[in-house]
Amino acid sequence: MKNQIEENGNKTISSIDREIVLETNKLTKRFGGLVAVNQIDLKVSKGKISSIIGPNGAGKTTVFNVITGIYQPDDGQYFFKGEKISNLKPHQILSKGIARTFQNIRLFKGMTCLENVMSGQHARSKSGIWPSIFRLPSQTLEEKKIQEIAERRLKQVGLSDHKYELAKNIAYGSQRMLEIARALASNPDLLILDEPSSGLNDKESEDLVNFLNELIKEDLTILLIEHDMNVVMGISDWVTVMDEGKKIAEGKPEEVYSNPIVIEAYLGKEEEEEN
Amino acid sequence: MSLVIEQLLNGLTIGSFYALIALGYSMVYGVMKLINFAHGDLFALGSYLGYTLLVMGTAYVTSILGIWGGMIAAMLVAAIGSGVMGLLVERIAYRPIYPTGRLPAVVSALGVSIFLQNAIMVVWGARPQAYTSDVIPSNILTIGGLRINILQIIILFLSFLLMGILYYIIQKTTFGAAIRACALDRETAALMGININLIIFFIFALGPALGGTAGVMVGVYYRRISFIMGWNYGLKAFTATILGGIGNIPGAMIGGLILGVLEMLGSTYISTPYKDVFVFLVLILVLIFRPRGILGEKVAEKV
Amino acid sequence: MNINNKTSQSAGIKITNNWFAILVSLLFLLFPLVIKNNYFIDVAFFFGIYTLLGLSLNIVLGEVGLFDLGHMGFAAIGAYTTAILNTSFGIPIFVLLPISAIAAAIFAYLVTSPIIHLRGDYLCIVTIGMGEIVRLTLINNPFGITGGPNGVFGIDFPSIGNLLIIDNSVKFYYFIWVAVGLTVLALIHLQDSRIGRAWNCIREDIIAAEASGIDVRYYKLLAFVLGAALAGVAGSIYASKLMIVSPESFSFMESCMLFCIVLIGGMGSIPGIFIGAAAISLFPEIFQTFAQYRMLIFGAALVLMMMFRPGGVWPRKRGKLSTESMLIKAGKSEI
Repeated sequence: MKNQIEENGNKTISSIDREIVLETNKLTKRFGGLVAVNQIDLKVSKGKISSIIGPNGAGKTTVFNVITGIYQPDDGQYFFKGEKISNLKPHQILSKGIARTFQNIRLFKGMTCLENVMSGQHARSKSGIWPSIFRLPSQTLEEKKIQEIAERRLKQVGLSDHKYELAKNIAYGSQRMLEIARALASNPDLLILDEPSSGLNDKESEDLVNFLNELIKEDLTILLIEHDMNVVMGISDWVTVMDEGKKIAEGKPEEVYSNPIVIEAYLGKEEEEEN
Repeated sequence: MSLVIEQLLNGLTIGSFYALIALGYSMVYGVMKLINFAHGDLFALGSYLGYTLLVMGTAYVTSILGIWGGMIAAMLVAAIGSGVMGLLVERIAYRPIYPTGRLPAVVSALGVSIFLQNAIMVVWGARPQAYTSDVIPSNILTIGGLRINILQIIILFLSFLLMGILYYIIQKTTFGAAIRACALDRETAALMGININLIIFFIFALGPALGGTAGVMVGVYYRRISFIMGWNYGLKAFTATILGGIGNIPGAMIGGLILGVLEMLGSTYISTPYKDVFVFLVLILVLIFRPRGILGEKVAEKV
Repeated sequence: MNINNKTSQSAGIKITNNWFAILVSLLFLLFPLVIKNNYFIDVAFFFGIYTLLGLSLNIVLGEVGLFDLGHMGFAAIGAYTTAILNTSFGIPIFVLLPISAIAAAIFAYLVTSPIIHLRGDYLCIVTIGMGEIVRLTLINNPFGITGGPNGVFGIDFPSIGNLLIIDNSVKFYYFIWVAVGLTVLALIHLQDSRIGRAWNCIREDIIAAEASGIDVRYYKLLAFVLGAALAGVAGSIYASKLMIVSPESFSFMESCMLFCIVLIGGMGSIPGIFIGAAAISLFPEIFQTFAQYRMLIFGAALVLMMMFRPGGVWPRKRGKLSTESMLIKAGKSEI
C-alpha cells in the first residue's frame, strides 16, 4: 500500500522529465584492482528499446547488476523516473518497476512454469501469513488474480501448453521466454534483458525480435545487452557501446555501426580472440 | 603467572587436538564441499585402536617397545586404521552418492557417523574405557615452580611436527598445489590434468589418519575414552575449521589452536561450566563479523 | 467453456486426494480404538511428536533450503517455557501452549536475525552452535530455574478445568495428532500461496528470487520464526506428556534426526515428513530385539537410502495447484 502511494508520487515527478526513464551518473564498480564499470553515464528513453553492446568483459552485465541492486556501486548514482534508487536492494528495485532477466538463465528450476510466472508477481501482491494460512477470501481472490495474470503472460510468450511442466524440463529457448514472462509478470516500467538471444537458433532469434517489437507497444521501456548484431540492429532505437568498463560511443544503430572507434574496439577485439 | 602459562599450555594442547582433527574436515570440505560428519568418529576409532594395542594386550606392546615406543606404535596403528576406514567410507558411502547432490551426501555422512559410533559401541562396549597408567608416560618436570608434564610437551611437539609436514606438502609441493587447485575449482583442475581420484584418495586417507593420531593423543592425555567422544571432539574441531576459514589448511591449524586456548581461558576466567557456551558464542560472533573465518578470503559472488 | 473443462479435471484430482486424506485420517482416528495396548499408543504419540517436529523443520530446511542443524534448540525453548512456568506459577498447559510457541518464535527471531544472511554450511554451523548453546545453558542451570542436567519435573497434565483432562496415553495420542492435523492443513494452505512460493523461490535460486521482488531476508526469518513456533508447540506437548524435561532430549543428535526426517521423506514434502518421522520413531521399536545393533542398522540404512532414493521416499509433486479448483469456485461465485 505504501509502495503504491510512493509510486504515484514518483509518477508526478517523472512527468516533469517524461523522456528519460533511467539515468546513471558516473556509475563506477570495482572488483579489487579491476575497474569493471568506469564512470558510465547512461540515459534510457521511455517507450524505446535501448541496447548496450561491447566485447566480452566490457562490463555490460556489471552495469545491469548494479542497476538492479545485486552489486552496490563504488561511485556514482542512478535514477529511475527521476528518483534516486542507488543502494536499494534488488527486491526494492523490482518494486520500483525494474524487472530483469539473466545472461545464464536463472529460473526456479524445480517449480512449474506457471509457478515461476506467479512468483514474478510477488511484489505486486500482499497477502500475509494469516490470510494465507486460513485462506481468507481476500487471499483467495488475490491468488486468482495472480494466476490469471500468470496465464496471460504465459500465453503471450507461447508457453500455455507447458504451464504445469517443471521449468527445468522445457526447451532452452522456452526457458529464455519463460524468464521474460516472469519478469513481465511484475508489470514493470523498465524491462532489462541480459543477452536474451544467446543460445537461441536463428528462427528463435527472429521470433524474439518480433516479440520484443510487439512488446514495446505496451506501456514499457526495454534495455538490453546483446551480442547478436542482427538483433541489435533490428530492434534498437538507441545503442550504447562499452569497452573495458567505459562508454566509448552511443547513438542510433546505423551511426554506431559505422563509427570507426566502435569497429576498432568491438570487431578488433573479436579478431584478437579468434587469433 | 605460572597458572597463566600452565593454562596456556593446556589450551595449546587441547587446541592441537582440535587442529589435527580440523585438518581432516577442512581438506575434505575444500575438495569435496562436503561436511564429513563421520570424521569425528574416525578420530574416536583411532583412539580405540590405540587403546586395543596398548591396554588390551595387558601392556605387552609397551613391555617390548618401551613406554614411548608403545605410544608411537599406537599412533601409527591408529593412523593406519582410521586412514583405511576413511578410504572405505569414501568408496562405499560418499562416492556413489556424491553426484546426486550435496544434501543426500550430508545425510549419508550422518548415517556413516551413526554407524561408526555404534560399531565402536558394539565392539568395545558402551561403558567408557581407560588408557591405564602402565602404558602412559608421566614424567613431571619442575622449572622454577612451573610444573610441566613431559607428555604434554611431546604431544605438542608431535602435533606441530605433523601439522608442519602437512603444511609443507600443501603449500610447497606440486601435489599440494594440485590439492589447492581442486579446492578452488574441481572441474577446471580436472581439465588441467590433475588426477582428482588421487587427491580424493590422499585427503580421505590422510585426514582420518591425522584424526586417528589425535585420538591416541587424547587417550594418553585424558586417559578416559568413550564411544560418543567423536561427536564432541568432531563438533569442536569443525568449529575450529570454520573459525580458521573452511577449506583453508593453515586456517584449520590456527583455528584449532585458538579454539583450545579460548576454551581454557574461558574456563579459567569466565566459568568452567560455561566454557563450551563461550566457545560457540565466539564462533557465532566470528561468523557474523568475518563470515569467511580468520584466514578465509572474501570471494566475490558471481552472478 | 474453458473453465468448465478445467473444473471437471481438477475436481477429479481433488476427490482422489481427499479420499486418500480421509482414509489416512480415519486410520489415525481409529488406531487407539483398535489397538488397546498403551505401549503402542505411546509409540504412536512419539511418532506424532516427531511428525510435528519434522513439519516444523521442513519449513526451514524443506521449503526454504536453509540448513538448520540446531532445530531442537527451539523445541527446548518451548518445552522449558512450559515446564518452568507451569511448575513455578501453576499456569495451565493450554495457556502455555501458545506462550511456548511465541517464546520459541521470539528466540528464533533474536538469534537468527544477525546470521540470516549466511549461506549454506555457514548457516548450518551457526545453527549447530545455537542449539548447543541452548542445551549447555540448560545443563548449567542459569538462575537455578532449569534444574541443571536433571531438568524440571512435576509438570501438570493439560486440562481445561474439569471439563477436559488429558491424563492418559489415548488422550495424549489424540492431543498430538489433532495438533499435527491442524498443522498439516495450515502448511498445505501455505504451500500454494505467495508465501510458500517465495520460500521455494529462495531455495531454487536466491538471486533470481531477489530479482523477482522477494524480500529474501524477511522470508528466511519468517520461516525460522514459524518453524521455531511449531517446534515450541511440539516441545510443550512433549513436556506435558513426559511431565519432565531434561537437556539431553534436545541434543545435537536429535537435531540430526530431524534433519534426516526431512531428507528421508523428501524436501518440502508433507506426506514425506510422515514417512520420515515414522522411520525415525518406529525404526528403533521395530528393531528392538536387536537392541544394541539397531542404531548400527539405522546408520547403514540412511546411507543405503541416500544411495537409492536421494530425493526422498515421497518427494513433493508439482503440477496443478491445490488452489485451482478453489479459484474456479471463487470465479463462479463472482459470476
